[in-house]
Amino acid sequence: MSIFVDETTKVVYQGLTGRQGQFYGLRNRDYGTQVVAGTSPKKAGTDVDGIPIFATVADAVEATGATASCIFIPAPGVKDAVIEAAEGGIEFIVVITEGVPAQDEAWFYNELKRDHPGVQLLGPNCPGIISPGKCNIGITAGEIAKPGGPVGIVSRSGTLTYQALYELKLQDIGVTTCVGIGGDPVPGTTFIDCLERFEADPETKAVMLIGEIGGSAEEEAAEYIKTKMSKPVSAYIAGVTAPAGKKMGHAGAIVSGGKGTAAAKMEALGAAGVRVGRNPTEAGELMVEIVRDLT
Amino acid sequence: MDLLEYQGKQLFARYGIPVSDGRAVQTVDDAVAAADAVGYPVVVKAQVHVGGRGKAGGVKLANDPAEVREHAGNILGLDIKGHVVRTVWIEHASDIAQEYYASFTLDRAAKKHLGMLSAQGGVEIEAVAAEDPDAIAKIWIDPVDGLTTEAARQWVLAAQLDPAATDGAVDVLTKLYGAYVDGDADLVEINPLILTPDGRVHALDAKVTLDNNAEFRHEWSEYEATQVRDDREQAAYAKGLQYVGLDGYVGIIANGAGLAMSTLDVVNQVGGEPANFLDIGGGANADVMAGALEVINDDPRVKSIFINIFGGITRGEEVAKGIVEALGRVQIDAPIVIRLDGTNATEGRAILEPHLSERLQSQPTMLDAARKAVELAGGTPS
Repeated sequence: MSIFVDETTKVVYQGLTGRQGQFYGLRNRDYGTQVVAGTSPKKAGTDVDGIPIFATVADAVEATGATASCIFIPAPGVKDAVIEAAEGGIEFIVVITEGVPAQDEAWFYNELKRDHPGVQLLGPNCPGIISPGKCNIGITAGEIAKPGGPVGIVSRSGTLTYQALYELKLQDIGVTTCVGIGGDPVPGTTFIDCLERFEADPETKAVMLIGEIGGSAEEEAAEYIKTKMSKPVSAYIAGVTAPAGKKMGHAGAIVSGGKGTAAAKMEALGAAGVRVGRNPTEAGELMVEIVRDLT
Repeated sequence: MDLLEYQGKQLFARYGIPVSDGRAVQTVDDAVAAADAVGYPVVVKAQVHVGGRGKAGGVKLANDPAEVREHAGNILGLDIKGHVVRTVWIEHASDIAQEYYASFTLDRAAKKHLGMLSAQGGVEIEAVAAEDPDAIAKIWIDPVDGLTTEAARQWVLAAQLDPAATDGAVDVLTKLYGAYVDGDADLVEINPLILTPDGRVHALDAKVTLDNNAEFRHEWSEYEATQVRDDREQAAYAKGLQYVGLDGYVGIIANGAGLAMSTLDVVNQVGGEPANFLDIGGGANADVMAGALEVINDDPRVKSIFINIFGGITRGEEVAKGIVEALGRVQIDAPIVIRLDGTNATEGRAILEPHLSERLQSQPTMLDAARKAVELAGGTPS
């Protein structure tokens, strides 16, 4: 099985008529994702390579039965797009857009929680989600992931996620679902949201977690793993050598006042029984060992 | 983006928060004119993006024009922790009865805004938090609700300020919350927030960090103009690159922030020292690569360059073509090691093959490439 999305998931792309939205929307469809609709208030009634465009998400949901949305709208419009998706009846909203103001993120995260508690938000500023062989929503190159299982991946970093998928594929290890939660200050989906679902998913036998400096999400994940998880976990934390107080590209990747350092996160994960690699390759090798020991 | 104190105070003033009458000036003569305008006594305050100004001699009280001349003369040009003072803020000195602390920031774990208020202001709040955590009253604010007057009043009462400060503090804090949210700040902090002997609550300092992602809905060019970057960071900023200067000798170019951070870690792990963090993003086309190589090449510290690219959507052969084209455009002094992996890495490496030499090497893994880069820089990789 997979978590969050599978071959039955129907997806509407908000911003399908834009350059990025069209490129990735069509790629996702080529992968096998059910890309059933796009939205654009000005281009309703037209289509993108056969995919119908609707004025609103509500119209798209009514006509196609879409349950997930993927947002490629530029940052200034993301706040409204997220609320439009939730009000239109979408259950799983993926925001790929980077550069969304933190005040907007904090607002729509809490607004969804209050008025649309059943909606799961992923992102913003994330690569999306892929259940290999079934559904790929976002910008991950599907061909670098091997379908099946037994590994689930959850990651704060895009390129390191691709690296993890690729290294597992080279070792002939499949992935149930790979979730890129993104590096922004208020991620809609957390490590723990994913760990809970991987723990409950019978086909996921082990989990790989990729974190980075800043915040306390990895420490919270460690506490969850220690107390609630039975499945083995390997991890890698990027940013061991990042200097304090410097922003490293992601809004999230900043160390302040000794908190959120890679060393502290690695220690917390190690104490929770997680096998922590010093680099992405080592974390991949540890996962290979874990998978070999499963049977 | 961090604001200077005077910029923070001007921002606060726009949201109705009481601040002292003051002027930002760059010369001693203008400092005296400003002091005459705001009225003596005045405080002469160095405007730099770093804390600890008082200890460094960057904040002085002046009672007359001669003292303003003396202090402004000493402070302008002063080096405070590597930041040279170009601007001083001259403001009318305030009488102080009590000093408090107030701030708003995002609590990432709670996913709500966090307000902190303490009757123990004027000192390092970290010290208060460590020694007497109960002295800081905290309030978690749901962004959808905002900060109501009633909630602010309960919060102020919990902080046990002087009763004379209650109404003024409620007013300032609700306005400060407005400045924080509508102003798109990551942090607003007033330390000290003062109570004057005649019962007014007033911001005596201002620390503001703005969220660069929100620049599209603000006019922040005046703040941009006062940002301090080293020469390398300025050059990278001008090219729109995500760059952070470091002290080592292996120049780093990678695609993706996570991979770039990871590249620093691996160089460090094999005994080398990275010269920089540089994320060229997902695309890695020739223009971006050429710009990145120029920035790295201009850094005299760099002894070797490690290009670490993982092809995802951008295929290996496109990345390789970009690198080859960029190398044709920029004359590079330091030897280069490339690690190209991911989608169509084999095809990409085949494109690089005819260009390889002692000066341009290719390695299959991050660790091998890091070791080679350290070796080419004259180090001994472990």
